[in-house]
Amino acid sequence: MRYTPHTAEDVRAALDAIGVDDVQALFADVPADLLDPPLDLPAPADEATLLRHVRDLAARTDARSPSFLGGGVRAHFTPSVTKHLAMQSEFVTAYTPYQAEVAQGVLQTTFEFQTMMSELTGLPVSNASMYDGASAVAEAALLALRATKRRRVVVSRGVHPQAREVLATYLAPLDVTVDVVDLDGDHATPVPADLSDAAAWIVQSPNHLGTVEPFPPHVRAAHEAGALAVAVADPLSLAVLQSPGDAGADVAVGDGQTLGVPPQFGGPHFGYMVVTERLLRQLPGRLVGETRDVDGRRGYVLTLQAREQHIRRGKAKSNICSNHQLAAGMATINLAALGPAGLRDLAEGSVRNAHALADRLRQEGYDVATGNRPFFAEFPVRVPRDPREVRRDLHAAGVRAGVPVPDEYGLGSAILLAATESTSDADVDALVAALARVAPAAEVPA
Amino acid sequence: MNGRQDDLPTIFERSEPGRRAARPPVVEGPSMAALLGDAALRDAPPALPEVSELDLVRHYTNLAHRQTSIDGNVYPLGSCTMKYNPKVHEEVAALFEDLHPEQDPSSVQGLLEALGTLQGWLGSITGMDEVTLQPAAGAHGELTGILMIRAYHEANGEGAQRRHVIVPDAAHGTNPATAGMVGYDVVEVPTAADGEVDLDAMKAALGPDTAAVMLTNPSTVGIFETRILEIADAAHAVGAQLYYDGANLNAIVGKARPGDMGFDVVHMNLHKTLTTPHGGGGPGTGPVGVKAHLAPYLPLPHVTRDADGAWGLTTDAATSIGRMRSYYGNVGNLVRAYAYVRSLGAEGLANVAEMAVLNANYLRVRMREAGFASAFERTCMHEFVARPPEGVSTNDVAKALLDEGMHPMTVYFPMVVKEAMMVEPTETESLQTLDAYADALARILRRAERDPASLAEAPTTTPVRRLDEVAAARRPVLRWRPREDDADVAGAAAD
Repeated sequence: MRYTPHTAEDVRAALDAIGVDDVQALFADVPADLLDPPLDLPAPADEATLLRHVRDLAARTDARSPSFLGGGVRAHFTPSVTKHLAMQSEFVTAYTPYQAEVAQGVLQTTFEFQTMMSELTGLPVSNASMYDGASAVAEAALLALRATKRRRVVVSRGVHPQAREVLATYLAPLDVTVDVVDLDGDHATPVPADLSDAAAWIVQSPNHLGTVEPFPPHVRAAHEAGALAVAVADPLSLAVLQSPGDAGADVAVGDGQTLGVPPQFGGPHFGYMVVTERLLRQLPGRLVGETRDVDGRRGYVLTLQAREQHIRRGKAKSNICSNHQLAAGMATINLAALGPAGLRDLAEGSVRNAHALADRLRQEGYDVATGNRPFFAEFPVRVPRDPREVRRDLHAAGVRAGVPVPDEYGLGSAILLAATESTSDADVDALVAALARVAPAAEVPA
Repeated sequence: MNGRQDDLPTIFERSEPGRRAARPPVVEGPSMAALLGDAALRDAPPALPEVSELDLVRHYTNLAHRQTSIDGNVYPLGSCTMKYNPKVHEEVAALFEDLHPEQDPSSVQGLLEALGTLQGWLGSITGMDEVTLQPAAGAHGELTGILMIRAYHEANGEGAQRRHVIVPDAAHGTNPATAGMVGYDVVEVPTAADGEVDLDAMKAALGPDTAAVMLTNPSTVGIFETRILEIADAAHAVGAQLYYDGANLNAIVGKARPGDMGFDVVHMNLHKTLTTPHGGGGPGTGPVGVKAHLAPYLPLPHVTRDADGAWGLTTDAATSIGRMRSYYGNVGNLVRAYAYVRSLGAEGLANVAEMAVLNANYLRVRMREAGFASAFERTCMHEFVARPPEGVSTNDVAKALLDEGMHPMTVYFPMVVKEAMMVEPTETESLQTLDAYADALARILRRAERDPASLAEAPTTTPVRRLDEVAAARRPVLRWRPREDDADVAGAAAD
């Protein structure tokens, strides 16, 4: 009753028009013993009560302490104008642009998104976005399996562990082998000796430990073996790092959260996928294309829908029938707000602050385990105890830090620390003080 | 060219080198070459737009004005479900947007309580024993559900035997696509004359090789499957699992539960039933509920509560299908859904279904008076399929509606009905709005009789008129390029 407009008179008038006695008669097709089950739900809350309740819940969360959390998600500076424009109600409360003439706002924004992702990745054909970076990696593997007709996928251990888990989930029903290539002692991915019969060779830069991976040798190895080179990249890093396209990669994928989408505990974010012209018809998800109306005016439509499940059904490229437009639109507006110079400031500021943080921790006596390769904005630090306990205690000490490094990386007990352009000296001092209490450098085993 | 709006330039065409809308913090320090090495750096910056803040504001405000939305217009997209998105939800979601997914659980107890509680509520609403909040969309929920069904059959030693999934011919296209992604063959069963699944064909298709039956109830033609209990029994008798596509849950939310109908797995599209925004294409959010026998296969992580009352995220379960996406789900939408259920309670949710069904039947009757036949002359649920009179094209009617300032219904779906117009007003529209919609449709039919050619001209009042979709597909232009490279666009326009 909160959002339904019907008065008692409206209901009576509608029932009369339909020719039934009561609303229950409209549910006559439902077997009677299925109707109106008791539900275990709370009593309705008025708006003031609701807000008080959710503010109480929010008070039992920490959204304000200095944060050094990364792991693929970072809170970068986002100008106010981005959120104001992205949250206009015409964008928020629109549905999929099925009637193009009255959906040019979303369609043109998507066309601009596709162009920006093409610019960042150096590849020509972007879709309208994916669910997130991890599912985009899995879809990239499915694309490569279709395109090459091979049954093997090779992936670097540097690819985000959750993306590799999703990859395993998606490929489990298919008769496909997944091989993982270990990182070397400097946390970089060696060029694998055997990519024979591989559909895809998947490498991430910066990788999960923050190390910058040069894509070109991996692309060459993939292409020599007849495999597709799939580059996973934090799109913000592409403000300064060589793009997958310039390195010759066939597919670029990743998570777009760092382009101005709030962390919101992991979602909604958006994933991206950008491919070569040759792979256009293998690309899953929505695409927006430019065209003309009957008067010759420029406009935009959803296009190449024959690849999709509405028409191909069981033979579709993917079952994806949505994109993450609200988040992708926010990134589009944010990229336009920042421009190339602003995006570079975000990336360079993050890199400089991360390196300054690593230097400071070394001075404090910590084992900053970056290896001898360049790292981007995140790096591992050894800690004297279970990293989960260290993270919990750091939070209790007022600093949000300490993404645990999984055992598979062989670093022993270690946490990841990330910095952004907004990391302040006071934040760093707070982290150092908290670490001194929770994980003193002197206790870290050599 | 007529005198209406000119082309709206792209943001790239507004770009002037040196302009900036936003200035992030600048951190001085060593060069990128010094920190990252020369070889890793890109040669030239990406060609992103360079605009002032006011240019930016005008551009995306003007684009917003070229976009129809539920806040501005009735938007009765059958099967897509566009209902009002409560404004209070934006305030609720903002309270949690700065939380990082790698935060220690001790620092997000209030949020985990909301998520854990929502899991329970969604289980109660659907009649399921356990719920995962992880899937990022309805179709992603379908994939999750069918992967769980597959894992269940594998665990029972029947993985190799059960090769196909049964799907009605009227089903959402995602159903067969999902079954295909999980390696199943798809067996289609026809729709009977009364709009329900052809039960004899269903029974003939069922066998020891059936992994699952995917249905939505009410069906994609807006009719409740009255023989659902018999269908469930038949499926279970051969060991198949019954999957509920929650796209049509709005018709029965609070009134009846898929779990009580015999369904083993159900996904919910939160944007369709629990008022989370869809943002012009997404995000969706597709929680999945299962009966207890499928609970061991739920994806991870899963929100749990320990004996001390602390909320946490379980990440280990040997039988889980694994992880479906990064982190825990589209949390921003999940807290909106939490607020909605909390606002309405059980009685309010039942009212949603009742008024959705009342509105659909009212508009069905009004459209019949206006000259549109229902595909199935019987009480519908939250949506119904209509068609225009012989000789009038559904697409022309839809485009003429745009000139009436109204958003068309879903057109040409489901494919089993010729010239289908699938209408779903939802519960948040008033009778006055529905009357206006029916009146507009009546005017369009009168115009079709008087001046049929004029209908093909519609729309004439929209920012652009009918767009050449064939040219767009034949010579795809999928990104903006500077003018000198723009020969393709000119070519497309000439087609």
